[in-house]
Amino acid sequence: MSTVEIAGKTLELDTDGNLANHSDWNEEIAQELAKTEGIEELNEQHWLVINFMRKVYEEKGDAPSIRKLTKESGVNTKELYALFPKGPAKKSARIAGLPKPKGCI
Amino acid sequence: MAEPIEKVSIVVSHGSLEGVYPGLIMANGARMEGIEATLFFTFFGLDAIIDKRMDSLSVATVGNSAMRMPGGLKMPTVLGAIPGMSRFATYMMKKEMDQLDIPPVREFLEMIHDAGGELYACKATVDMFHLTKDDFCPQMDDIITVGDFYEKSAGAQIIFT
Repeated sequence: MSTVEIAGKTLELDTDGNLANHSDWNEEIAQELAKTEGIEELNEQHWLVINFMRKVYEEKGDAPSIRKLTKESGVNTKELYALFPKGPAKKSARIAGLPKPKGCI
Repeated sequence: MAEPIEKVSIVVSHGSLEGVYPGLIMANGARMEGIEATLFFTFFGLDAIIDKRMDSLSVATVGNSAMRMPGGLKMPTVLGAIPGMSRFATYMMKKEMDQLDIPPVREFLEMIHDAGGELYACKATVDMFHLTKDDFCPQMDDIITVGDFYEKSAGAQIIFT
């Protein structure tokens, strides 16, 4: 299993390159992860999505995919793709310290 | 390692519910992975983007040898032709899809379009069926020729469904 050095901590990664333990995560780590995904600064909308991802993950054990994000996060599809180019569900899960969402839709 | 896929062009050629959904799921799934997606609707596949028809697509039960009855028993193909059978199969499939939170066709296309996916109608079929741009849902980007389709598909994997 590979590890990565972020915000002074050594963190384990899963095979997709996402954090292996979502309890390792904090907001500072999220900022750093966002930078590696090409997002310079996380704004309020980003945080809305990230917090929604973490909330659903804690309740259901799986991060939501795009359909649930579109329907329930309060951010619509267009905005989601603008906030997290190249895959909102996949990118926001990584920044939120969660495994890649398993849903197909 | 092989190069990742960056772009897909998906041709939807069937107008039944089970003929349309695979293409939509693949296009949406591509966008979810950051892959560019173009949908090209041709022949009866056009029904999926025709405003007055897209909400009432149905499951084709005639000639479908894989049809099963609730409970999993194989359905004799001749039963597929019984009046009401397609309506019943459609009802069942829509119910299952709803439980999995798979959106209805119209909503799914809106989602794909908002995600940056492009939707095109095949000109040859539009002419053959005497349709105009007004017959289509607002998400339909353009009516294009097969030549345009290949041009837009430069660098893409083409998937025929």
